[in-house]
Amino acid sequence: MTVLTSAPRRIAPAHTTERRRVRGWFTRAPLLPAMVFTIVVTQIPFLLTLWYSFQDYNLNYPNRPKNFPTLANYKAVFADPTFRAAALNTLMFTAGPVILSLVLGTGIAVLLNRHVFGRGFLRTLIISPFLVMSTAAALVWKFTILDTTFGVLNYFLKPFGVHDVNWIGVHSQLTIITFLTWQWTPFMVLIVLAGLQSQGDDILEAARADGAGAWRIFRSLTLPHLRPYIELGILLGSIYIVQAFDAIFIITQGGPATDTTNLPYYIYETAFQAYDIGRASAMSVVVVVATILVATVALRTISSMFSEEGMLGR
Amino acid sequence: MTQMTLPRGTTARRKTARSLADRQTKPATRLGLGLLTWVIVLVFFFPVFWMVLTGFKTEQTANTTTPHFIFHPTFSEFASVWSGTPGTAGLRGFLEHSVLISVGSTLIVMLLALPAAYALSLRPVRKWRDVLFFFISTKMLPVVGAIIPLFIIARDLNLLDTQRLLVILYTAMNLPIAVWMLRSFLLEVPVSIIEAARVDGAKLHQQLRSIIIPLISPGLAAACLICFIFAWNEFFLAVNLTTSNGATVPIYLVGFVQPEGQFLAHLSAAATVACLPVLIAGWAAQDKLVRGLSMGAVK
Repeated sequence: MTVLTSAPRRIAPAHTTERRRVRGWFTRAPLLPAMVFTIVVTQIPFLLTLWYSFQDYNLNYPNRPKNFPTLANYKAVFADPTFRAAALNTLMFTAGPVILSLVLGTGIAVLLNRHVFGRGFLRTLIISPFLVMSTAAALVWKFTILDTTFGVLNYFLKPFGVHDVNWIGVHSQLTIITFLTWQWTPFMVLIVLAGLQSQGDDILEAARADGAGAWRIFRSLTLPHLRPYIELGILLGSIYIVQAFDAIFIITQGGPATDTTNLPYYIYETAFQAYDIGRASAMSVVVVVATILVATVALRTISSMFSEEGMLGR
Repeated sequence: MTQMTLPRGTTARRKTARSLADRQTKPATRLGLGLLTWVIVLVFFFPVFWMVLTGFKTEQTANTTTPHFIFHPTFSEFASVWSGTPGTAGLRGFLEHSVLISVGSTLIVMLLALPAAYALSLRPVRKWRDVLFFFISTKMLPVVGAIIPLFIIARDLNLLDTQRLLVILYTAMNLPIAVWMLRSFLLEVPVSIIEAARVDGAKLHQQLRSIIIPLISPGLAAACLICFIFAWNEFFLAVNLTTSNGATVPIYLVGFVQPEGQFLAHLSAAATVACLPVLIAGWAAQDKLVRGLSMGAVK
């Protein structure tokens, strides 16, 4: 590393790297506002959550010493049976609706992909549950459909010998799973329908000419073709449904007891009803870490979906 | 690029293939499957139908153990929802907040997302893939993980219960979706057209204005509608960070959780008004809906 040998070499590249750097910033410039905004609004709060989680921080006692850093919150969270129950509920309220809505959605998509009278109209109707504001839908379900006395569901079930069932009080978990499935089935219908319509007809025709039955064609040709679409449906459905809050907040308030308390609702209760910022933050950190683990796998799946050419867009 | 999400957009060739398949099924089976489709779809739509129907009832016809399907429709509950009843505020103020917040955040999202999508597609930065996945990863982190600091920061900045706060947060919430979606539309712009314009000496802003934006305008419109839908329906942030001055329509609806007296028709009318803008937006954007929801992955 002598000055003599490196100096002449440096001049020429320095000129081009300088230019390249300017051009680099020029191409990067349109990206920066969005990047900076996203980092500031979405990443900094998570760092603060991490910081709060190591403090004795309760909004009811603002003058109490915060004892930073302390592991008390994490100890409390892992010893808390409600937290474990909420984690299990979260799993149930995610896996249940994702699987059910996917099965129902695939079935409806297959039916809608045929020549059906009024197909466009039916398609418009089926996406409505997904569009409707979830708070509005939850209220309508709670008071006009599932209500023991005034609910229209018990009226419909009366001829079948089912009388005055208190759906929300007695079958609270089933209620939440049903509601979320109802809400998310249209989403799966749309994704699977897109998959069905991207399937080439030549192969299907050939299979038909070879005398393959409808079920056989579906199982050995259509289903493999739908696989990436179904994976995407599971992935995106899980991302959104795992955060389910509106329906629980309105229909059951997490009850009876903690039967329908999922993690978002439990963190909400801890932070905004008990004002225990430290413990709620510790729970959030646990949830975020768990999500990162799941999301890493998920991102890898998406990434492979985008790199396999011609499968799903570009 | 003829792959369409719309059933209506089927090609002629496909149509013949379908009818061939249909001809092979027995007429009775075909009719049965058609009926089944209608029944299932109507069951799914029923809660929405019931909400709208109950909104046109009086409280007397709504609060019965034997539901009324045929009745004399009235707008009286819509009127009282709009202006408010003695003791409760009307929906009008909340609707105004919702419109301002949803439209405002959607506009800012587009202003930020369009240049970003450009830098990730037509003239990609190095490591554009990492940047894209950074955006999508922010959608995967649960909002509960951020709500406590957001509450405390907003309190310290005197932003609690303001419309500005929700505009900022909804912008962040929708930005990744818009970037992914717009990028997938920009990639469909033929490079040759842009090259030709560049050769003709068109500057970047001219290319944008006269070629790129007109070509992607359907996609831009769909992205706007989807961001609007998400902002309009958002509840978690609104309920934790606003009470009145910045409160949106969902917050108005939550007032019904602990109801008094007869309220079913009133609730249904309010819910109908709350859902109407998004139902219309969603129906208008339905052929692009799946693309927005899958962030451009499915066309």
